Amino acid sequence: MLLINCPYCGERDQIEFTNGGEAHVARPKNPDQVSDREWSEYVFVRANPKGIYYERWVHTHGCKKWFNAVRNTSTDEILKVYKIGDPPPPIKKFKNTLKSPSGEPDVGSGNFAVKKT
Amino acid sequence: MKKKYSIFNIVKNAFSNNENWKKMWRNPEPRKFYDIIIIGGGGHGLGTAYYLAKEHGLKNIAVIEKGWLGGGNTGRNTTIIRSNYLWDESAHLYEHSLKLWENLSSELNYNVMFSQRGVFNLAHNEHDVKEIKRRVSANKLNGIDSHWADPKQIKKLVPIMNIENCRYPVLGASYQPRAGTARHDAVAWGYAMRADEFGVDIIQNCEVKKIRTKNGKVYGVETTKGIIRAKRIGVVASGHTSVLAETAGIKLPLQSKTLQALVSEPIKPVINTVVMSNAVHAYVSQSDKGELVIGAGTDGYNSFTQRGGYNTIEDTLRAIIELYPIFGKMKMLRQWGGIVDICPDASPIISKCEIEGLYFNCGWGTGGFKATPGSANLFAHTVAKDEPHSINAPFSLERFVSGKLVDEHGAAAVAH
Repeated sequence: MLLINCPYCGERDQIEFTNGGEAHVARPKNPDQVSDREWSEYVFVRANPKGIYYERWVHTHGCKKWFNAVRNTSTDEILKVYKIGDPPPPIKKFKNTLKSPSGEPDVGSGNFAVKKT
Repeated sequence: MKKKYSIFNIVKNAFSNNENWKKMWRNPEPRKFYDIIIIGGGGHGLGTAYYLAKEHGLKNIAVIEKGWLGGGNTGRNTTIIRSNYLWDESAHLYEHSLKLWENLSSELNYNVMFSQRGVFNLAHNEHDVKEIKRRVSANKLNGIDSHWADPKQIKKLVPIMNIENCRYPVLGASYQPRAGTARHDAVAWGYAMRADEFGVDIIQNCEVKKIRTKNGKVYGVETTKGIIRAKRIGVVASGHTSVLAETAGIKLPLQSKTLQALVSEPIKPVINTVVMSNAVHAYVSQSDKGELVIGAGTDGYNSFTQRGGYNTIEDTLRAIIELYPIFGKMKMLRQWGGIVDICPDASPIISKCEIEGLYFNCGWGTGGFKATPGSANLFAHTVAKDEPHSINAPFSLERFVSGKLVDEHGAAAVAH
């Protein structure tokens, strides 16, 4: 279970929060001018990396405020939380311990992420 | 087809302490070039290789698996098989699969322990009742053996269920007698064995790191065992499909989440069917060993950890105890998580893409096991002919641009 450091309330249990998916997704400025394909990307396609990415959380059973987080999806470590409107910290700042895109060691194992390297 | 298993073989091998059974499949080193590479050695991937060789007569095929066969979601699901989906497109897809299940053990000459013990989908409120009755009618129109069961009939078949004195009383259910369960490892092993007989190279412990393309065509894959070239590549990597697609520059509308399952200590037979509940959200069946096999919804955030959070287990077991107070003092033996890839409309993608020779079979989300033979069969058709079968044509990537979604969120008898 994750502990999430709400920027307004401090560290609380993950079950108090609801995940809001990828953060910083910009709505196209001129929806009537974009192609169906671009609109489809905006509506349906979200980043889904095995590794570090930006996401939104809302403190549903607390202050009910939205905020952003940087999390490593291969270990569930939350690397940083920051308020809505704050600039996203550059992802390169965080060390990604993964060796390959899908995060497996040289000889594959489905449970790699459980082991600490 | 060579028959490796027979009563005579069992007797013969018993005399040598079962030490002389032949290996079920070879363990070859990868060649430099294949006509077709399938990435992912689960049931769907191995089945695809099997049908490519058997039904389309293709040769020079490899299946590349990063771990061991069936070690991903094939070995992590709760083995439920059914076809009572609401929309026509899904009903045809899953019914195609169920028909293949019914003959799978004899086709592979390998016992996948397919047991048609029936599946109940419970209704706990007025809305559930109306929605399920609608789905039952839709199923009947599609020739699927779904019917409405009232609480008395449910109680007769599942006497341990608490249907009245609870917060969410059971008001009825849909029942599909032809639905059931199967042994999930056996499905992967059976397909692997028969694919191997057709000359398919099954390469384990070999991770694909990158899909290489050249001038809008596939070139090959970079793996931990070097570069392997291929004319056509089929990606069947469940939760990791979008990670692989990204290496070829393709963004898929998938989100990978953890789906947990757990089993209890083994007990004497108490439940001889499968019961799923959407409103209190848990499903349960009993394995042949006697363990209760329990599952529910996904964890609420993207993750590749294959673990999941304790709060989801708590929710699941709360629902189980509400429905079956008799299980209140049981101990849970094991718990695990699998990484499922969920589409925005909770329906799969079996499709070509803009890169020539690259095909995807993904997005099965929380319910891919039941579709294994059908998915493999249709994907093999798609890869072999470079065009979809009429059954999987609605499940193309294009549907997210055209807007013609097959929205099974909530319509598919369980919440996703």
